[in-house]
Amino acid sequence: MDTSFVMILTIFALAVFVGFEVITKVPPILHTPLMSGSNAISGITLVGAIVASGSTTGPLAAVLGVTALVFATTNVVGGFLVTHRMLKKFKK
Amino acid sequence: MTFDFVNLAYLIAAVLFILGLKGLTHPRSAVRGNLYGAVAMLIAVVVTLVDQELLNLPVLIGGMAGGAAIGAVFALTIKMTAMPQLVGLFNGFGGGASVLVAAAALMQAVGIISGAGAGGLDLQISISTVLSAIIGAVTFTGSVVAFAKLQGLVTEQPVRYRGEQIVKILVGGLTVAVAVLVILDPADMSLFWVLAGIAGLLGLLLVVPIGGADMPIVIALLNSYSGLAAAATGFVLSNTILIISGSLVGASGIILTQIMCKAMNRSLANVLFGGMGAIPEKASTDDIYAGKTKSTNADEVAMILKIARRVVFVPGYGMAVARAQSAVRQLTEAMEADGITVEFGIHPVAGRMPGHMNVLLAEEAISYDKLKEMDQINPTFKNTDVTIVIGANDVVNPSAREAGGPISGMPILDVDQSRTVVVIKRSLSPGFAGIPNPLFTFDNTLMLFGDGKKAVDDLVQAYKEA
Repeated sequence: MDTSFVMILTIFALAVFVGFEVITKVPPILHTPLMSGSNAISGITLVGAIVASGSTTGPLAAVLGVTALVFATTNVVGGFLVTHRMLKKFKK
Repeated sequence: MTFDFVNLAYLIAAVLFILGLKGLTHPRSAVRGNLYGAVAMLIAVVVTLVDQELLNLPVLIGGMAGGAAIGAVFALTIKMTAMPQLVGLFNGFGGGASVLVAAAALMQAVGIISGAGAGGLDLQISISTVLSAIIGAVTFTGSVVAFAKLQGLVTEQPVRYRGEQIVKILVGGLTVAVAVLVILDPADMSLFWVLAGIAGLLGLLLVVPIGGADMPIVIALLNSYSGLAAAATGFVLSNTILIISGSLVGASGIILTQIMCKAMNRSLANVLFGGMGAIPEKASTDDIYAGKTKSTNADEVAMILKIARRVVFVPGYGMAVARAQSAVRQLTEAMEADGITVEFGIHPVAGRMPGHMNVLLAEEAISYDKLKEMDQINPTFKNTDVTIVIGANDVVNPSAREAGGPISGMPILDVDQSRTVVVIKRSLSPGFAGIPNPLFTFDNTLMLFGDGKKAVDDLVQAYKEA
């Protein structure tokens, strides 16, 4: 378990650096789409919600699972769609 | 073997997420970038679904279909002016989902509910569950308050009270104490919910005192938190795609927060724990401005614009409130038809979220080439014939250049260097910083009093007739 923890900690640290490098280059003009787009990406918790609610049984799990699924999917679908709508307006 | 397949798919998704964010570095590639992100999400979700034993297929399908419908309705019906509160709300959903997923995972781990993860509790899970609960709950309630403020459901004014800092410190300390208890005794689920509740209260207390003009910073910070909450959930489930995507978003939010703080010349601590807006200034502005400001009218401004070669608009949140964007576009088109160069100077904190003004102007089909950031536009003001300030105040206040004031050191748009400055404003009332603006008394400044939309509409009319 120790190795696996260090592994995912490594992934975390490297991902933060990649994030900093990439996002620093986003111009201010696109900061709003960046926020709504990255917001949609943070809806990745959806994957966690699927894991959590797909592998459990019982009413309690179902309530938690459904709520988490609804929240996360709203975040994902709404986020990507609204970003798309917004970005299409940026024209030369 | 199945396991490897899943992680491989996650790797592809992670690469697509990064390429997607890279696409956002230019308006040309941005639409494609966003699609990459959506495809990455689809891959991650489908692979996870396929990998599951699908004990609860109706629950999964029902929950996702419901969320997709809600999200789509929000995304397709929202007005561009309401973008800050929508992003705020979505942040909250992400944070809330993280808390619930962490709860479900913890219950499995301690065996309260049966499932694949049962019996696998260790320190990594308990610590990351606690982090996920705290960050997720703070994000959830903080975002709901931010949404309510931006939507006008509660006052946008900073709500400050005696002993505010002490209350925040106490609740913060209590959060940490309960967090330690949860880590020591993860099997007691009621403790977990107490923790989520107290963290939620903390989120509430942190955002309630913050006023409208500081919202860009708060929204950016909550954006970062929603990512970090997802990353923490990734540690709970030892799931790589959650960790990678979560930290990308976390980094993005932190960068935006830094940019916003720098543009206000304030530290994050100062925004969160006090300072601006603490004491609303009640001093009568009559004495400061008396007899020193020059009022103008649409006809006079139209004449000045007619002989101009270069005009710069400086929009602020007031333009969005007055919904004057479309009138501004009409005036721009009329002037460009006469060969006048028109550009827009946009301060990083103009509006209620990072990049807010750009989206509003882009919606009016104003070319993104003309939307200039502060560092690009500032050197051009001395060659500018007319600068039209509409609905902005603090970001063009020259007193920022002098020491000792509440906005000292804040980078501003040097509009006063242009030949003529026209300030469109309802009255001489101060901006968010609560201080008078000497710009209004400058020799080259003309005040065009009135509602933003009506004033520009009149200007369009007068310009066309002139």
